[in-house]
Amino acid sequence: MSEIKLLTGNEAVVHGALAAGCRCYFGYPITPQNAIPELMSQLLPAAGGQFVQAESEVASANMLLGAAATGTRAMTSSSSPGISLKQEAISYMAASHLPGVIVNMNRGGPGLGDIGSSQGDYFQSTRGGGHGDYRTLVLAPASCQEAYDMMIQAFDLAFKYRNPVLVLGDAIVAQMKEPVKMWKPEPVSSDEAAEWRLEGAAGRESRVIMSLYLAEGALAQQNRNLVAKYEAMRAEVGAETYETADADLIVVAYGSIGRIAKSSVRRLREQGHKVGLVRPLTLYPYPDKMLENLAAQGKKFITIEHNTGQMVEDVRLAVRRYTDSSFFGYMPGNMPASEDFMEPILKALE
Amino acid sequence: MSRVVFLAERCKGCLLCTLACPKKIIEQSSRFNRNGYKVVEVSDENMSKCIGCAFCATVCPDCVITVYRSKKAAKGEE
Amino acid sequence: MSVHQNEELVFSAPKLMADKPTHYCPGCHHGTAHRLVAEVLEEMNLPEETICIGSIGCSVFIYNYMGLDAVEAPHGRAPAVATGVKRSRPDRIVFTYQGDGDLASIGLAEIMHAANRGERITIIFVNNTVYGMTGGQMAPTTLIGQKTTTTPGGRTLESEGAPMKMAEIIATLGGCAYSTRVALDTVPNIRKAKKAIRHAFEVQRKELGLSFVEILATCPTNWRMDAVTANKRLTEEMIPAFPLGVFVDAVAEAKEGA
Repeated sequence: MSEIKLLTGNEAVVHGALAAGCRCYFGYPITPQNAIPELMSQLLPAAGGQFVQAESEVASANMLLGAAATGTRAMTSSSSPGISLKQEAISYMAASHLPGVIVNMNRGGPGLGDIGSSQGDYFQSTRGGGHGDYRTLVLAPASCQEAYDMMIQAFDLAFKYRNPVLVLGDAIVAQMKEPVKMWKPEPVSSDEAAEWRLEGAAGRESRVIMSLYLAEGALAQQNRNLVAKYEAMRAEVGAETYETADADLIVVAYGSIGRIAKSSVRRLREQGHKVGLVRPLTLYPYPDKMLENLAAQGKKFITIEHNTGQMVEDVRLAVRRYTDSSFFGYMPGNMPASEDFMEPILKALE
Repeated sequence: MSRVVFLAERCKGCLLCTLACPKKIIEQSSRFNRNGYKVVEVSDENMSKCIGCAFCATVCPDCVITVYRSKKAAKGEE
Repeated sequence: MSVHQNEELVFSAPKLMADKPTHYCPGCHHGTAHRLVAEVLEEMNLPEETICIGSIGCSVFIYNYMGLDAVEAPHGRAPAVATGVKRSRPDRIVFTYQGDGDLASIGLAEIMHAANRGERITIIFVNNTVYGMTGGQMAPTTLIGQKTTTTPGGRTLESEGAPMKMAEIIATLGGCAYSTRVALDTVPNIRKAKKAIRHAFEVQRKELGLSFVEILATCPTNWRMDAVTANKRLTEEMIPAFPLGVFVDAVAEAKEGA
């Protein structure tokens, strides 16, 4: 029976990563994710791994790129401004077909913002935050258990698709404490990535991991390959649904906000209102088909986010053939509670 | 008799080898290679002056030059 | 090219070097620096356990010319990528090959901290005082008075500061076990450069810390000179501005102490 421990989301990320066989961690201090490098510095070396506090988030992301090139399970973490600094390296990793996990505990933005919670990094996370046409898989935990589970899922997906995977939490998930069941997945086989990893060309042709395609037509082909990969990733889509079957109105919200909205929906259900919830677990690939099917059944939609409106565009895209989605943005800088969402939901029901 | 062999197609006519040769026997020819560079050469009569020191090959940035040193000369050199 | 009866082969291209032309300009010393690294790795029997970290600049195509496993680092980030490679595979030989814009400008933080942490990696740093690939702009190592496409009137101390002496700077960092500056303008200097590169890889193999070899080189095209004149400039202007020598050598110090 796996051990259950009271962990913050940050701590759950570390334990999940170790359970997933993470061998290298590269990070840099920034609130609210500091407990990740701190706990990693205690646990990873003891588990025979490598912990490096880098000189910047730029450097730590490039260290991740290096470790990924040898087929090693490696990760980095940061919060919003730090994630902005990692974007070039993430674009290179996507273009070089390199697996790696990047954790973002979203904080208030833009600029220095605040150290409170926010979902202001949705666009950056789901549209490939750096240059060029590329995508990262994006997972959105709403609890400490999901933070643990999704780290294991993130590493598996990263190596399955040889692609960077972003785990997008926030200051709420990072710092709240909950019991976490620390289950252990199958151990990672030592010849994971054996067919492409760099280790020195012994008895074989040398391998080159790069993303420069100057020859005529070469970059076009590279981008076609990437698109094909992103199509294949659609199979990994996931979302939690709650009371959607007979709902007149579907609330769409992810991460901690999805969880708070679920309480609002539950209370409104108790008052007899036919409302339901879709909480995307993957933000890329986005559960647009599911929303479209619900829209086809004549349901109405409200998107609730902790920002000024980003995921609402994806909801609108998904349901555009049938309806629209209204939006309620709870301003970052304050801490929302389920009561705060009830009135907007009721208004959307009319 | 020591000698040098030029992979003319690789030569870029930079002439660094002509500086390095202690016997001053490497010159730019009037022949062009496929890339349009005027390649260097050692005339047949000058080749006998080659001592196989490989100075030319050492400075060549493009691995154009292979150097052979005659064994008799080689013993004499050591 | 068969070896005749009474002669011996004394010089040929190292096998590690790909048997094809390079894209480098006539007289550019990147080709020479590549060959020296290839010769050293071959003589130390290391290619099969070596991982090369390419950087962004004219030498970005190093992996086309060397039969090594290689990864391309974003501009300036090779020392960080090398850190990730070496930390994940400490049993491999890892080296970066970088130019002056890549290492001393955008990548300065990365090289300073990789050296300060004492990462067991080797840095091959080719200093030709300009950004070559992008057409000859000023680099941190551009000499005072040197005209470039971004210092049309010549670099001045007042507005562009002085050329950065990387080998000396890196030598002051605790994790740096070997830092030297060499040049490729003459046969004796090229031979010394090869010895320095060899020593750098020995330092890595002995896990003493970071090893750093700054190689003074020419860029005829962007200096607007032919190769011979450029080579002369290296001797007469670059070497006085960038003194050759060894600035730290843990191996030598260890011998003295022993």
